[in-house]
Order: sequence, then structure tokens, then C-alpha cells
Amino acid sequence: MSLAYLLRRLGAVLIVLCVVSVTVFAITAVLPGNAALMILGENASAENLAAMERQLGLDRPVVVQYFDWISGVVQGDFGTSLRLQLPVSQVVGEAFWNSMSLAVIALVAVTLIAIPMGTFAALKRGSIWDLFIGLFSYVGTALPEFVTATLLLVFFAAPSRQYLPAGGFVAPGEDLSGFFVHAILPATTLGLILMAHISRQVRSELADVLSSDFVRAARLKGIPEGRVIRRHALPNSLTPAIAVISLDIGYLLGGIIVVEEIFAWPGLGRLLIYALQNRDLPVIQAVTLLLAVVYALSNLVADIVIAKLDPRVRYA
Amino acid sequence: MPRALKSPTGLIGTVLLLIVFTAALFGPLIAPYDPQLFHVQARLQGPSREFWLGTDQYGRDLLSRLLNGAPATVLFGLGATVLGVGAGSIIGVIAGVAGGRTDSIVMRILDGMLAMPELLFTLLIVSFLGGGTAQAMLAVAVTFTPGMARISRSAVLSVRTREYVLAAQARGESQAWIVGREVLPNAVAPIIVEATIRVSFAIMIGATLGFLGLGAQPPSTEWGLMVAEARQFMFRNPWCVAVPGLAIAITAMGFNLFGDALRDVFDPKRNH
Repeated sequence: MSLAYLLRRLGAVLIVLCVVSVTVFAITAVLPGNAALMILGENASAENLAAMERQLGLDRPVVVQYFDWISGVVQGDFGTSLRLQLPVSQVVGEAFWNSMSLAVIALVAVTLIAIPMGTFAALKRGSIWDLFIGLFSYVGTALPEFVTATLLLVFFAAPSRQYLPAGGFVAPGEDLSGFFVHAILPATTLGLILMAHISRQVRSELADVLSSDFVRAARLKGIPEGRVIRRHALPNSLTPAIAVISLDIGYLLGGIIVVEEIFAWPGLGRLLIYALQNRDLPVIQAVTLLLAVVYALSNLVADIVIAKLDPRVRYA
Repeated sequence: MPRALKSPTGLIGTVLLLIVFTAALFGPLIAPYDPQLFHVQARLQGPSREFWLGTDQYGRDLLSRLLNGAPATVLFGLGATVLGVGAGSIIGVIAGVAGGRTDSIVMRILDGMLAMPELLFTLLIVSFLGGGTAQAMLAVAVTFTPGMARISRSAVLSVRTREYVLAAQARGESQAWIVGREVLPNAVAPIIVEATIRVSFAIMIGATLGFLGLGAQPPSTEWGLMVAEARQFMFRNPWCVAVPGLAIAITAMGFNLFGDALRDVFDPKRNH
């Protein structure tokens, strides 16, 4: 992998993030009910509103406002939350780590379960297990997070049989096992769609590879079947799986919004819903931008991993 | 028998879609009760002879509410997809045909829009447009546009250098004729496949917006809203969340399976 390739990919990510920041700002700048109205309330007089708009700089051209905002963002200053009267970076910072811990737990669990599941289905192609896993993946991808979450709550957190907490959060520093216990239901909800999707991809890729010429050649050479699968088939079918996982991080970050709201997990998603309901523009902007950055960077990392694993990838 | 019906997935998908479309077309007519009628004596009941799928917190018949919500749910999915696919295909075809600088500028902007998780983007647009069914549908359509534009662009690009297009160019056909008669008909298959699968996403996102209170508003019988309204009572009667939730899943699964079967028909090489 050349340095030029890395730099070019980084440049592309930067361009993407510029477009994202403009989009986010454009949408929030035209939101009905601007910040001044938010602070003063519905009954504010026109003069007071105008004065507040001047104070907040809302009377300046949108382009000036954008550059003012983005230059702050680059320095880590996202402004002040209109509702909470706290620096946005402080509000968002904690929520960010809570969300990321949930996302990472879900992603690790999904990868550890879905890849063996897909492999198993591909090896036992046509068996009852293959059918079962296929069925699971179709049902899984058709269940929106809020339905899965609700059904999981009914089964595992009903007052009559409270196997798991129905929601809430325990800081990992306080009580690590409590943290994981509270993460089980939200992470399962997040993981189900991804597990379904990824296991299906792995199965279809591996099935392709297993019927390819080089696997047949390896078998004909008399290499034991276990080694053919481990050394020849699997490595070649996992690259597409990584590509799929990296794209699925987008689903994961979207799903987190709903899941955090349902399970009262104090992360970015819950913060976003709160900010949307209260028209807390600086918070909306910061959360959206952060999620987009995470998505873009995880795709970049996946691209680099794929390029490392698969020498055929041209760095064009 | 059409080829889409030959695989088990295609068959199941077709059957599910038939059920869903029957419910959407005739649901309000065959519903046993008025969906808004309170049966005060029979609140939060499980399935019975009288109420086949049980009742909700006001004693409203769940089957009747489900059937009445079917047209709105299906229309939402189809409407959002058609709008998004239409807008996306136009942008994608223009970018693909124009090439050069237009293409790269359009693609960079689309990349930026695609860098936001879908649900996040939809939420942002809904917060700008305000809650409601029509707004939610438009928001989903806008969210679908960049992805569809990308797919239709690559479909156009893969066709553009084929021999029959080059032949048409050599014959001196006009650009519009080539695009309309040679490029589009051959690029349309992947767009249709993707659109079919997207209907299931549209329905799922629409229901999620309804659930979050940003889509359809009470007393609508939109399925996501039904789950949201019944959530407080889910431990007393799981049926009132399970019934609309599973209805969403069945509909989404129908479109998914059918889309996959279509893909196999159009692209027989990818067949496992």
C-alpha cells in the first residue's frame, strides 16, 4: 500500500466531511423556529427576538454563520447547547463514549457470531441448518429495531420475569458487570439485523469460492478438506465480508438512535432525539457531524484493511 | 411458471406480497369492526373467537386496525421508493451520460450525503419538514435519492461502452436516442431489483418514524404508531405490540424475498 493511496483516501474523506458539514448546517439553518425563538419562547416580542438574533449572530449571512461554526468545530468548539446551557462538546463528549461502547459491543458480538454462522451454512449447503440460518437472516433483516427491542423487552424484561434490566445505564468504571448486563438487550437489538445481513453475505461469498477453480485445484492436489477451507476458501471470502461490515456500520449508527431511546442508554442517539424535540440546533449539528465522521473513518479503516488483505485491490 | 416463482425464496416472497397487497386493497372492506371503535368490556385481550388477534388498550380490535393500516403502510413504502428511485435515477443517468467534471462533482456531493447513516439523514429532514405522513414519505425519498443515483450511474456506465452502444454511435444516432433506446433499457434491471428491496427499507423506516412520533399521527392505524401507542401496555398484552410489529416484518420480508428472486432472474450467474 502506497502512501499516495492513503493520502488520496484521506483527501476523499475530508471532501465527504465538508459536504456533510454543509448539508447538516444547511438543513439546521433553515429549520423552522430558530435559536432566538428557542431561548426566548413563543411569546417573545419582535424587538427582543431581533436583539437576541443579533447577539447570537443569526442576522449575518448564512455563509458567514457557516464558516464561524465550522472554524469553531475544527478547534473542538461546537458552541453552547440552547437547552442545557452547557458547552456542546461537554454534553456530546460523554454521550459519544457511551454510544461507541454500545456500538463496539454489538459489532464484536455480531462478527464473532455471524462469520462462523455464515461459514457453517455454506459448508452444509442445502442442509436443514442452512435453511434455518437462511430463514433467520431473512426474518432478521425484516425486523426494524423498535420491533425487535419491544419483543425482547416482552420476553426478557417483563415485570413478572425480569431476567434482564428493561433499560438504563451503569458506567463501566463503577460496575463493569452491571454495565455489560445493561448492554445485553440494546446490543442484541442492534446486532440482529447486522448478524442476519453479514451471515448471509459470508455464506454466499464462501459458497462462490468453494465452487471456484482454485479450490477445486487445491482439493485435487490432495490437500485435506479442513486445510482447503481454512487456508484457501475462508481468507478469500472474508474480504467482501469486511466490506459489508464496514457499510453496515451506517445501519448500526442509525439503529443506535432508536435503540438508545428505547433502552434509555445515555448516548448520542438519545441526545439527538432530545435535541430534535427541543430544537437544540448546536447539539443536532454536533451529533450528526460526529456520527458521520465515525462512519467515514470506519469505512476508511475497512478500505485499508481490505487493501492489505487482498493484493488484487488496485489503489485507483 | 414465471422464473421468479421457481426458487423457494421467490415463491415465499410472492405469496407474502400477495397477502400484503390483498390486505392493502381490500383490508378496510373486510375488517370485522370499525378500527376506532372502543370495546370497553374487552380491553387488552388476547386472540379469541370474537377478536381474532386480540384488542388494544381501548378495546379496539387489532385485526381491524391492522387491515385498515395496510393501505397506508404499503402506499408509504411504494410512494417513498418511487419518488426516491425517480429522482435518483434521473441524477444518476445524467451524471453517467455526461461524464467528466459534471459526473465527478455530482458524485462527490452524493458521497457526502451517503456518509450520513440513512435513519439519521431521514430524521434531519423530518425535523426540517415537520412530522406527518407526507413529510416522512418525502424524507425517506430524499434519503434514498443518493444511493439510487449511484446505482443507476454505475448501471449506465457499465452499459455505455458495450458494442451495441458503440455501434449506435458509429451509425450517427443522436445522444438522446442512444440513451433512450440503448442505454436505459439495458440499465434498468439493477435499478428495479434495488427499488424492490428498498420498498422494505422504506416501510421499516416509515414505521420507525411513526414509532418515534415523527411520522403518522394518532389516531392513525399506521403500524409503527400502533406499536408505539401500545408499548405502555405490552407487558399486560404482548399481542398489541407483536401483531403490528410482525405485520411490518412480514411486509418487509415479502419485498426483500421478491427482490432477491428478481435479482436471480436478471442475473442468473449469481445464483446460490
